[in-house]
Formats: sequence, C-alpha cells, structure tokens
Amino acid sequence: MSALVENYDIVVVGGGHAGCEAALACSRLGLETILFTVNVESIALMPCNPNIGGSSKGHLVREIDALGGEMGKNIDKTFIQSKMLNKSKGPAVHSLRAQADKAEYSRRMRQVLENTEHLTIRQAEVAEIVVEDKKITGIKTFSGALYNCKSVILCTGTYLNARCLYGEVINYTGPNGLQSANYLSDSLKKNGIEMYRFKTGTPARIDRRSIDFTKMEEQFGDERVVPFSFSTNAEDVQIKQESCWLTYTNEETHEIIRANLDRSPIYAGIIEGTGPRYCPSIEDKVVKFADKNRHQVFLEPEGLYTNEMYVGGMSSSLPEDVQYRMYQSVAGLENAKIVKNAYAIEYDCINPRQLNPTLEFKEIEGLFSGGQFNGSSGYEEAAAQGLIAGINAALKTLGREMIILDRSEAYIGVLIDDLVTKENREPYRMMTSRAEYRLLLRQDNAVFRLSKTGHKAGLVNDEQYERVMRMEEEIEKEIKRLENTFVGTSKEVQDLLERYESTPLNSGTDLAELVKRPELSYDVIAPIDKDRIELDEKVTEQVNITIKYEGYIKRQLKQVEQFKKIEKKRIPENFDYDVISGLRIEARQKLNLFKPVSIGQASRISGVTPADISVLLVYLEQLRNHK
Amino acid sequence: MKWDTIAAIATAMSNSGIGIVRVSGENAVEIVDKIFKSAKKNKKLSEVDTHTIHYGHIYDGDEMIDEVMVVLMKGPNSYTREDSVEIDCHGGILVVQRVLETVIKNGARCAEPGEFTKRAFLNGRIDLSQAEAVIDVINSKNNFALKNSLNQLKGSVQSKIKNIRERLIYHIAFIESALDDPEHISLDGYSDELTVVVDEVMQELEQLLERADDGKILKEGIKTVIVGKPNVGKSSLLNHLVGEDRAIVTNIAGTTRDIIEENINLRGVSLNIIDTAGIRDTDDVVEKIGVEKSIQYANDADLIIYVVDSSTKLDENDEQIIEMLKGRKAVIILNKTDLDMVTTEDMLIKKTENFVIPVSVKENKGIDLLEKTIQNMFIKGTVELNDEVYITNIRQKSLISNAFESLKLVKNSIMDDMPEDFYSIDLMDAYESLGQVIGEAMEDDLVNQIFSKFCMGK
Repeated sequence: MSALVENYDIVVVGGGHAGCEAALACSRLGLETILFTVNVESIALMPCNPNIGGSSKGHLVREIDALGGEMGKNIDKTFIQSKMLNKSKGPAVHSLRAQADKAEYSRRMRQVLENTEHLTIRQAEVAEIVVEDKKITGIKTFSGALYNCKSVILCTGTYLNARCLYGEVINYTGPNGLQSANYLSDSLKKNGIEMYRFKTGTPARIDRRSIDFTKMEEQFGDERVVPFSFSTNAEDVQIKQESCWLTYTNEETHEIIRANLDRSPIYAGIIEGTGPRYCPSIEDKVVKFADKNRHQVFLEPEGLYTNEMYVGGMSSSLPEDVQYRMYQSVAGLENAKIVKNAYAIEYDCINPRQLNPTLEFKEIEGLFSGGQFNGSSGYEEAAAQGLIAGINAALKTLGREMIILDRSEAYIGVLIDDLVTKENREPYRMMTSRAEYRLLLRQDNAVFRLSKTGHKAGLVNDEQYERVMRMEEEIEKEIKRLENTFVGTSKEVQDLLERYESTPLNSGTDLAELVKRPELSYDVIAPIDKDRIELDEKVTEQVNITIKYEGYIKRQLKQVEQFKKIEKKRIPENFDYDVISGLRIEARQKLNLFKPVSIGQASRISGVTPADISVLLVYLEQLRNHK
Repeated sequence: MKWDTIAAIATAMSNSGIGIVRVSGENAVEIVDKIFKSAKKNKKLSEVDTHTIHYGHIYDGDEMIDEVMVVLMKGPNSYTREDSVEIDCHGGILVVQRVLETVIKNGARCAEPGEFTKRAFLNGRIDLSQAEAVIDVINSKNNFALKNSLNQLKGSVQSKIKNIRERLIYHIAFIESALDDPEHISLDGYSDELTVVVDEVMQELEQLLERADDGKILKEGIKTVIVGKPNVGKSSLLNHLVGEDRAIVTNIAGTTRDIIEENINLRGVSLNIIDTAGIRDTDDVVEKIGVEKSIQYANDADLIIYVVDSSTKLDENDEQIIEMLKGRKAVIILNKTDLDMVTTEDMLIKKTENFVIPVSVKENKGIDLLEKTIQNMFIKGTVELNDEVYITNIRQKSLISNAFESLKLVKNSIMDDMPEDFYSIDLMDAYESLGQVIGEAMEDDLVNQIFSKFCMGK
C-alpha cells in the first residue's frame, strides 16, 4: 500500500497555546516544522475563560515574552480590557490580566503562524508515534500518512479520548464540540507511557441581550493600560475598553444546586477524572463552602463581535434544565438565554514524572511535550511549556545544549520543576505561593531575568537584547547615583517630606534612603533630585523597586546562592541508584523512578531525605574522582 | 565548594571533664572571634598563625560562659579542610552546651549528624576508598538522631508546635488565597488581625525557648524511677530534688494518669524522673499492685532510686524490690533518719550491693550525698547518657529561635507598612523551622490549605 510520506525536522501535535509557541519557536530557529491540528479553525482557541494573565499567570506571559514567545504580543493586539491586579500589594504579586477578544486572539495567532517561514500547518489527526530503539523517528496520521522527523512535540491539550459531560449527557468530543483525538493515547501506552485521566470544566455562555446589567456592578479596566510585551509600544494599548460585570449567587441558587446534586455526573460517579481544586464547579463550592451564602459571578464578554458572555465563577456539569434554573436565579440573569451549556470535560494526559526538566521524555529520545497533556491547566501554563519544549526540541535537533530554567530564575522553572518532580494528581495551576523566590521573580523584571536565555537560544534578536542590556546598565548607574547623592535639611526637602507625611530629616541623608521610606518613592522625590536625567519608565521602575525592597531582595538572593549549590550538581544520565547500598530503599525506588537531573531536583522528591542527599553527594564525589 | 559554617560538640558527653566544640566553615574564625576574648588583650584569631592554641574566655554578650583553650586550624590543613576552630571547654556538660549555643547564636548552624565527616570527604580529606564508611557514618548517625529527636521531644511540646503551625499555615493560606484571587478575597484591615496572632505565637515560642534553656522541652536525661512503698517519702524526695531554685514544673501525663515525669538537672547531670508516687490507692490489695507497677517501671529505667522508710520494718515487698535491684544501677535511700531508726544502714548494706544513703528529706540531711553519688555514677560511666540528647536539644532550640526571628521580621514588615505578600514569606520560614523541630517536611501543605479553607474563583 502506498501512502503519503513526508520529512520534517520537527512535528508539533496540536495547535493550542502550547502547540503554537512550540511550532513558532522551532520554525523561528530555522527548523522545518509541521503543526498538526484536528481543525485549523481551532488554532489558539480559548475554550474556557476569555482572559490571559492574572495572578502568577501574568508572570508567565511576561516570561514567555522575554524568551521570545508570542503570547504577550498576541494579547497586546487583541485585548478588550486590561487590569493590573494586586496593585496595592508588593511588586512581586502585581499581575497583569487582560480580557481577550477570543476570535481575534485566535485569528491573529493563526495569521502569525501562517506567515512564519519554515512552518507548515496541516489539518489531520495524529494517530501514532513511531519509535525505534527508544528514539522517535516520526508520526503517522489517521489517514496513514507517515511524517519522518527528528523530534516530536506533543501538545494535545484536552483532546485525547476527550468526552464532555453535563447531567446524563455525554458527548465524545473535545472542547466546544470539536473532534477529539481517539487513537494517539493507545499508541503512547504501547510505547510505555503512563497516562492519567484528568477533568476540568467550563461555565455556560449567555446571550448578552438577555442580561439585566442594571442589577450588576460594572467592572472597568485600568485607566492607563500596561502592555504584556516588552516590544509593544505603551501608547498602542490605550484603547477603548469593554466592561465586565459582577453579580452574586444566592440561597435560592444554592438550594437549586443542592436539590439536584444527584444528577451531577461527578456526584453520580460517572466522571472518573481528577479535577482541579482551584477552579471548583459551582456545585463543589456550594458543597465545600456550605457556610457561604453567596458566591461572586463575573460576566465577561467573549469578544467584540459576539453577544456571548462568559459566566465566571459558575462552571458546572449539572443537567441542562438545572443549569437554566440555576443561572436564572442569579440577580440580573432572570431572563438569561444560554448560548452554550456549561460542561465538564475529561481527557487523557501523562504522568509528567516521565519528563526531564527539558520536557523531553526520559525514555524516548526526541519526544517532547507541553501543556495540558503534561497535566497542567491554563493557557499561560500551556504556552510556557510549549515554548520550552519547542526551544529544546530545536536546540537538540541543532545539536546544541538544551535549556533548563531553575526555580530561582523563572516561574516557568517552578512550573516545570513542580510538574516533573512532584507527584501531581490534579491539573496543575501556577500560583505565586509556589515560587519560593518570588521577590526576585517579578513580572516587572522578567525581561531582565530572561532576555539572555532567549537571546542565546536565538529567539530574542540582537536589537532587543542590546536594548535590555543598556537598560540594565542604566539601572545600576542610577541606583549608585542615588546612593551617592546627598540632601541636607533644606526647606525644600523638609517641605516635600511633610507633603508626603514623612518624618523630617535631622541631618543629611542620601536619596536612596528616602526612596526606601514606604510613603516615598523614586518618582515623588524628583523635585529634590536636581541631577536627575530622564530615563525610560522600565528603568526607573527597577530602580525604585530594587532600592525600596533591598533588604528583602538581598535575603532571597542569599537563599538562592545556597539553592544553586546543589542545583548545579548534575547527576549522570541513567544513573543506577541500586548500586548505592547506603541509600534507604524508599529513596532508591523514588530516585530510580524520577531519575532527577541534579542533586537539587533529587532533594525535592518526596520521600528523599537530607541524609539520602548526603549519601548521594558522597557517592557522586567518589565516582567523579575515580574517573 | 564553599559551604556554610557548622558547629557541634565533638566529644562524648558521658563525662563532665573537657568538652570540645568544633566549628568549621567559611566563617568559623570570624564567628569564634566574636565570642572569644583572649587573655592577652586584643588578640584576634583572624590575625594569629594557623595551628596555634590560645587561652581565654568565651562570652555570650557580657556574660562569661567558660574558661577555654581555643585551637585554630585554617583550611586546608584541618579535618574538614575548611577553616576550623576547636574550643576546649572545662566546665562540664552544661557549659559545653552553652558554648555551642553561643557559637550558633553568632552565625554557625548546628551540624547535621555526620556532617563533619561528610565535609571532610567532599573536600577530599578522607581517602576515597572510605566512601562506604563515610556513608555508614552518615546513615547510622542520622538514623539515631531521627529516632531520638522525635522520641525525645515531649508530647506537650510536640502538640504545642503542631498547634502553632496550624495557626500559621491558616494565615499564610489566607494571605496567599487573597493574592491569587484578589477579586474574591480581601485583605483590608488584615494586618491588625495578623499582629495579634503573631504576638501570641511569639509569646508561646518565647516560653518554649525558656523551657528549652532549662532542657525541659526534651524528655532528655537519664531515665530515672523513684520506687518504694507508699508513705516512705518518695514525693517529698522528688519535690525536694526539684526544689524551688530548679523549678521545673511541666507535668505531663504519661500513659496512665498517675505517672508524673520531671526533668531535673542535678549538678550538671540531667535526670528524667518518673515518680511512681501516684500509684497509690486506698484499697488493701493496691499496695501489691503498687509494687508490681514500680517493678514494671524500674525495668525500663537507667537508674532506680529506691526509697525505704527507716522508721518501719522491712517487709516482703521490700525484699522483693531489693531482689529486683540486683545487678541494676540503683541508689537506695534510707529516708526519715530524723525519726527513730528501725531499719538501719547496716541492715540494708548486708542485703544489697547498691549504694545506701541515709537521708532526711525533712531536715535536708544526706541530700548532698545523694546528689554527689548520682553525679559520680554518671562521671564514672556507671550510668550513661547518650550525647545525641544534648545535640537534639540545641538543634531544636535553634530551630525554635529561628522561627521566633522570622516572626519578628513579620512584625517589622507590618510596622513598616509593607504590603501583605511580604508577611507570608517570613511566616512561611517560621512554619518551616517549626516543621523541622517535629520532623515534618513541607510538601504541599500550603496549597492544600489554600484549596481546602478558601473558596477560589473561576
């Protein structure tokens, strides 16, 4: 039988947020790349919430941007409302979140993909991976076509053996009624890959015309919008914004839910997958937090050219009739018309323990993966992994050293390390509390943290990289200048301090000391800083934060120093822990299972004690010296 | 590779002669310089030649702790190949502990079991062929320490720390939930609430630290049982030993409600005394039960203090106990010598090989001899105590004090009007330090707490 055979450097399976970043990274690094999607219309689809960013996810987007990814640029061009969350809190937790015009987001990303050199888009279902000698050699589609390649990146999202459920209704489709991928799972299992079954869910979409907004509180975007991408001109994002709307559930809503719990596929035991605890369905909220008499509901527009409104806070898998009654019990939704039902979706994903921190499979060379397929959740988490998987697949194909971001360098590092090192039994969401060095991993300094890596990999161009380097110099110089500029107790100084209710000076001090005062900042002391020259806002922001939080930042830097010591100690590939008789059996089993790449990673595996790490260090030292 | 600076007691603790505190690492010299005052004015260890010995005193602030000899060994010519300082102390076990604590207070970390050996190896000091042996040392010391650190921590202290940790993680989770989902959870006015909690916890930690100072957070010491028939004066002996000046009064209930445990420090020897005085009842048969129970406790003890009433005759119960004491480490107290003697010292000596000490608790006679006797048994090694106990205490204490310091930082952040996300960083440090005290790792505590206690959006 003759079938189509084609050759590429890299095959990307899936065109969601992970697949897009992966395919772009590979093709931009000059490798012939083909992206498979079950439906070209579903490229960069946002099947759930209509926004990008938010707490800690905003950090991820900034990091993706700093490494040369596309998500930040894409949302800057397609957002319809933007807000910096946590503005009253410390800079480490400021988080940018933008509402997207979903259709526009998807259309623009598709356009970028279509116009990228070396990138081919193909609508087809990938049914098999081809592995020879523990090495990937290609994939086969459902139609039988063979695509030979050097690396494969799996970004199948929620499509593998997917089924959507509400009440007793089960649709064997991917999200939004799209065709699911029903063959690939079997092929992966045949190749020894351990699969999990996860679930997630989404609320209904309601016709805007049927909503009474007078009963809701209007939620505006920020007056001055900040872009996600370093490359976006701040003036270009000052657009007319759309509003979101806040309303609440009530006792009646909860009563309707409680009375029908037995008809929920989750409570009835039909759903097998493990759902995320952080975005519980409204049923879960009512059951788990029974003492709360109301829950917030956000109505968010899905785009400029659609009447569909997303009902944030009320995802559900209750039957259609219950959904109607439930939504209509909410103030302002009395006459609500549902466009799309809420549903839960179940899908196959992998146990991410099988991956190295490069996102390559430990047991199958050249096979990479990213996104929900790896057991994460969220567009941003997916894009971040897609980007790293893409970069590494490309670097490997080019024979160059792959990149691993560690926990002290990026949220992306935390995300991937958590996925591959911890035993993860639910869809993983990024949170700022997961980052132990979060004072250093701020969204405002992502570009300074990661441009070097992005540039070295080849995704950040020289021009941008040099601009960042120049800014870094300016930051350093400006901090030094403030530390060495002294002001006395002149009337002008005292007046300024008084104006900001700051204690007057007894004797002279340097300007950096004044910036440190909680009630003052770099900007407000401008009148008494006579030698100040005008600097880019991005520069002065860093100057202000670095001086203001110096004590805290220094402490974390010290911790990072300790952390790096063992993080940098590499463990040889395919190391056999059974030969170390001094290791406890539990530790040996865990280490053999996870095959950590460094002593640092080994120390984070649950069940491996500090004493085991000591033993390991001693053993590796002996090994090193014998060579 | 450069590691942080560690310290430990390098000598066995079973005698009260010389004890050596060993300090190793980058800042070893600097740290000891902070607390060592040479007999020769202004002599600094950082300025003297390596491999020299110096005489002087160790100070904790203004307080002089001990007269010492200090040996300076700069790396790589030391056991660990790092800069090392050995402090030879003379004042007995308690003093050695104080010196170690002072070193830790000034920037060293309490060494993990086997850590000196590990460093010596990693720094190339120990022959590679000995790797297996090094691993064995690490393992055996760790197993021992692990077993002991938890076993030794008093139940009441464990539950106290658990309770504090629960409160801390609740508040951390609350802050973090609000940061993750600012549109659902507000932190308005929260810093006042947190201040109250932090103040409370700091106070509780302070109490724990005070108790730790007296060695009272551990069930440490020689396991000692006081046995004897009812009314022979067991309780008054115990009370007398405990005394006001040694006042330790953390009673914890044992497996039965009747048992009272006390930690006392007797001339530098730590005794963990189980008083079986409460085994008494009004029923006739109980006397026998009392004896049986006493024997049961005595079987587990390292040291038995048997109290006899000199004003009454020995009966068959006494004979039974004396029989049991054969071959055991025991001291026999002949109490109530202020009354007319019916049972005499000679009568007892004939029956036993154990020490017999005539005492009148009431008139405070003979107690001195009792204390000396026990101290001597300890020094001569008749009764042994594992040194790990002391180390454990110091380690726990430094961890609790780390937690205390972290909470101080939280207070500072609140006072400086820092945003809430700064609070949780130091709260988390406190939570972790306390977790190490009771041997609990972090794992996913925080995330679990966030999801279970606070309703997040979407």
